[in-house]
Amino acid sequence: MELSIDQTRAMLVAMCDAIIENVDVLTKADQAIGDGDHGVGMRRGFKAAKEAIEAAEPGSVGELFKAGGSAVIATSGGASGIIFGLFLRAPAKQLSGQTLDAAGYASWLTAAATQIQARGNAKPGDKTMVDAIVPAAEAAQAAVGDGLLAVAEAGAAGAHRGKDATVEMIASFGKAKALGERAKGHPDPGALSTTILLDAARDYVKEQS
Amino acid sequence: MAKVKKIINETENIVSEVLDGYVAASMGKLRRTADRVLVRSEIEPGKVGLVIGGGSGHEPVYTSYVGKGMADASVAGNIFAAPAPQFVTAAIKAVDQGKGVLLVYGNYAGDVLNFDMGAEDATDDTGVEVRTVLVADDCATPDLATRRGIGGGFYQVKIAGAACAEAQSLEEAEAAVNKCRQNLRTLGVAVAAGSLPETGEPTFTLGDDEIEIGLGAHGEVGVERAKLMPADVLTKKMIDHLVADLPYQAGDRVALLFNNLGATTQMELMIVARKAFELLGEMGIEVARCDIGAFFCSQEMAGFSISLLKLDDQLEHLLNAPCESITFSQG
Repeated sequence: MELSIDQTRAMLVAMCDAIIENVDVLTKADQAIGDGDHGVGMRRGFKAAKEAIEAAEPGSVGELFKAGGSAVIATSGGASGIIFGLFLRAPAKQLSGQTLDAAGYASWLTAAATQIQARGNAKPGDKTMVDAIVPAAEAAQAAVGDGLLAVAEAGAAGAHRGKDATVEMIASFGKAKALGERAKGHPDPGALSTTILLDAARDYVKEQS
Repeated sequence: MAKVKKIINETENIVSEVLDGYVAASMGKLRRTADRVLVRSEIEPGKVGLVIGGGSGHEPVYTSYVGKGMADASVAGNIFAAPAPQFVTAAIKAVDQGKGVLLVYGNYAGDVLNFDMGAEDATDDTGVEVRTVLVADDCATPDLATRRGIGGGFYQVKIAGAACAEAQSLEEAEAAVNKCRQNLRTLGVAVAAGSLPETGEPTFTLGDDEIEIGLGAHGEVGVERAKLMPADVLTKKMIDHLVADLPYQAGDRVALLFNNLGATTQMELMIVARKAFELLGEMGIEVARCDIGAFFCSQEMAGFSISLLKLDDQLEHLLNAPCESITFSQG
């Protein structure tokens, strides 16, 4: 199974809608260990991304990812604007075809994990969204032989495992760093956003299967 | 707790209206470009460029410190959030006179990510050379590389402004500002929280009888949460921490900055200043310059910070060089 350009567009729009709908969940999560602006920043970014993705006239699926990611970077502000902009924009060059297949989906998550770590300097264990995207990418790559739905399911499950693991971590990055032990007991808000995005992508792929 | 009252219009217009206010008050010396950039109307041809910036809500820093002998442009993010990279790119292009551009801004993850990407995009587009010296003066935390940028940023911006006005090259300006960064330490104390203008909610909570030494500009946890104490006891704790950190030594000449975080009275700052002078005098540290006022605020946060900058002839010259901006000028 593979998604056409228009199906990929619909999947990306569903991801944007999921962030927009969950703004209060993200705000609460960030108020617990950060400064509480994650939800509002993400909503601003993904609202702009949705408009850009809907308006795009792409020659490849990668150009849809690029349109969405660039909009997030330009409008979201803060650290999460760059990080979640790269989450979408990272695979823009690799996905040069007209369809998104299992290998393409996995390469998206791998490119996102690689580029986000390179720019943000956060490593697994730092209690950031890297803790969700890295296991998501690894699980997705391991499932490539089983088809697109299996890859999307593995990616979302990997992100959830990673997000759950951040609950017990002490932050060593971002504004939660200064909380030390006090950050324990709460998931990282960026990791939570990662699960929301990959759950929405999985749900769309499942509907189309 | 009752929401904090603010004299504003629509919350989404706050940043834009602040920038318009600075443009109006500049009497033609500043203009807005690319939505979030405040830039000098006339820039001396051939000078090294200086761009500063960061999240809004900390006025007068960084936005207002634009003018002759200060920054050539500032980039304003949303309240307490880093500006997006395209604004940084636009600011760099607007000030570039062919000698390269220096960036000075606070060491926060979001700012570094956005300024780095904005600088790379500017370099890709025009080939402009860009260097960065982060403001990282908050000695509440031990690791030098991850220190936050707070009140001492005013001195670093002032020195960067003079260095970029005088320097023959980007490297020369960068070296002077780096020396400032290395010689600069700040420690703050919070007595009461400021609020987020969008929501009216406080950014952190402190007990009625509590203060927090080393608390960050956005409510990040500091060195020590303590019961309210007499000014002299607090001042000694802060000066001892600051002096031990660099360390500053007998015979050093320093500039001394008392920064009001927003709502502290001049009455309190003078009581603190008097004690700080006494303590530094006892240690044999000579105060060559003193600044007292609101340079780097966090809305109506009550509290203040003390900064020490160890001077040599070059830094003293740059700090005392003439400059003009909306909120700080000297002859």
